[in-house]
Amino acid sequence: MYVAVKGGESAIQKSYERLNEQRRGQKHIAELNVQQIQEQLKLAVDRVMTEGSLYDPELAALAIKQSSGDLVEAIFLLRAYRTTLPRFGSTLPLQTANMRLDRRISATFKDLPGGQMLGPTFDYTQRLLDFSLLASQEGPATDELTPLTEQPPSTQEALHFPRVVDLLNDEALIEKSSSTQDAEPPVDLTREPLSFPASRATRLQNLARADEGFLLSMAYSTQRGYSHTHPFVGEIRMGSLEIEIDVEELGFAISMGDIEFTECEMINQFAGNKSTPPQFTRGYGLTFGHCERKAMAMSLVDRALRAEELGEKVDSPAQMQEFVLSHSDSLEASGFVQHLKLPHYVDFQSELELVRKMRTQSRYALNESNHPKFEQNDE
Amino acid sequence: MNNFDEEKVNFAYLDERTKRMIRRALLKAIAIPGYQVPFGSREMPLPYGWGTGGIQVTASILGKNDTLKVIDQGSDDTVNAVNIRRFFQNTAGIETTTRTTLASVIQTRHRIPEQALQEGQILVYQVPVPEPMQRLEPQETETRKLHALAEYGLMHVKLYEDITKYGHISTTYDYPVMVNHRYIMSPSPIPKFDNPKMHQNPAIQLFGAGREKRIYAVPPYTNVESLSFEDHPFEIQTWNENCNICGSKDTFLDEIIVDDNGGRMHVCSDSDFCLERQQQAADPLDKLAQERPS
Repeated sequence: MYVAVKGGESAIQKSYERLNEQRRGQKHIAELNVQQIQEQLKLAVDRVMTEGSLYDPELAALAIKQSSGDLVEAIFLLRAYRTTLPRFGSTLPLQTANMRLDRRISATFKDLPGGQMLGPTFDYTQRLLDFSLLASQEGPATDELTPLTEQPPSTQEALHFPRVVDLLNDEALIEKSSSTQDAEPPVDLTREPLSFPASRATRLQNLARADEGFLLSMAYSTQRGYSHTHPFVGEIRMGSLEIEIDVEELGFAISMGDIEFTECEMINQFAGNKSTPPQFTRGYGLTFGHCERKAMAMSLVDRALRAEELGEKVDSPAQMQEFVLSHSDSLEASGFVQHLKLPHYVDFQSELELVRKMRTQSRYALNESNHPKFEQNDE
Repeated sequence: MNNFDEEKVNFAYLDERTKRMIRRALLKAIAIPGYQVPFGSREMPLPYGWGTGGIQVTASILGKNDTLKVIDQGSDDTVNAVNIRRFFQNTAGIETTTRTTLASVIQTRHRIPEQALQEGQILVYQVPVPEPMQRLEPQETETRKLHALAEYGLMHVKLYEDITKYGHISTTYDYPVMVNHRYIMSPSPIPKFDNPKMHQNPAIQLFGAGREKRIYAVPPYTNVESLSFEDHPFEIQTWNENCNICGSKDTFLDEIIVDDNGGRMHVCSDSDFCLERQQQAADPLDKLAQERPS
């Protein structure tokens, strides 16, 4: 005899236990701690902070630990935490020219004042598995610090490396920073719903939170004929920057600490129109930490989304605001795709009934028109 | 894992300012029946697509004296319903029930209870896709325009094409309705069997779509008509079978496979209604005594 399904509550409890076991793995292997993740899985932490819209390496590392390394799940955890935090105010606009640089490259100019600096990058590694990492090579931690071969400039020095694109723009061949036209203050997408058409500031905010994989594919599509971009990397820079906040009562800005960023300025060809002579246009990407792939993809998609503003024909997905901005968020996408796991048997029952009805009807229809072998007429 | 600290978490999870923002959206939605009001949907600790819109609406209207019922596919015992009920037990510490008649707020996914609702009750629907025309016109800038102009030819042509192709309208759930003679609205993916229950319902019906960031509503005693044509009137599903457990003839039945040979039986999708009918059959006098006002 069938008994209506019960016991969801205890099933959920058991599933929590199994999840904890899975996360912990075999007990005789040492447990990962959050500091290890924060220090040794930095790029994962950076991605979770960027898409989680919250700069907190420790909590991002905790989220990665809790999610067994599922970064989209970790981003979800961080966002769900972030949403409960009060908002005290906004920081002053970042002056990325003042970044203390760890990496800076340009593909458009051979030599730059201040030079090119590779910094930590996979770019010129040969992708061979390093089997020496299989064995734990390091002995017990010592207090002795290995000095870097070349010390970065001391923080005491005045550090100002102007952005390449601004520096080499005497002829105004490259458009000036374009978002200054936006008179309205940017909306906070985590507090207000997205509406169309979205301003560039809103679009950039959406892209900064967007799933890296989605942005990468969108950017890639612009290079393969779906929208016409001829991009060059004007500059990629990575480093840390002081965050300041204006406190009204004090009358001056106070420093909140340093945050690490990656910034990408992409330069694209533009043929000009009635009001503007031909010149290069820009796409912009900015992320927390070291998320270079994301910053580059973001700058390509940002440029593609400016199609309307620049009077270009909008005919490719990457140029369509509604297509890109409505589908970029990993939480929205993951939630809705995965909700298909939830029971749908009421809807399915309704469809079942309809399909049965339609099959009966088509059988009648076929019989009436003397088609006894209707099975064979598949077309 | 999901044990909230009462000291640290606000009543029903959301902070009061967020609740106020959502209540304002709800008031606007009630003032314009069927109109989709954009709201600043928050990122909840449950995934988008799993009821975040309904949860935010419920969180904003719950008071300490409310009694909450949560159903998914008509049942209080499916895992998602259990999970959402636990969420509110943990964050608001309110009474919960499985009895439709005892609940002041009912959050639902995909069904309207069989038991008729009363004045003062609130039914909160979880909505995946608030825009009824999204599959016909994916651009929201366009569909907003169509709603503003009450230009619903697109939808009527779709239904007409169904009839020419199949002989009848092939939508069985999420069947579009016209609210208060003005807005076409998605009733959420309830079976069309439930559509007539929305019409002139004494309860308040609130709809929350978290991922799409929209809220809409049907106030009490509002006209809700399922779209149809004069020569193709709207019809609901019927079954040749009765509920194998309570014998009900006029409820929505789930088909359940009971053995390896594809044997099946039919059972009420509304588990509370089915249970009450069973109890009533077992002890009709007791039931009468309960219902008689004291």
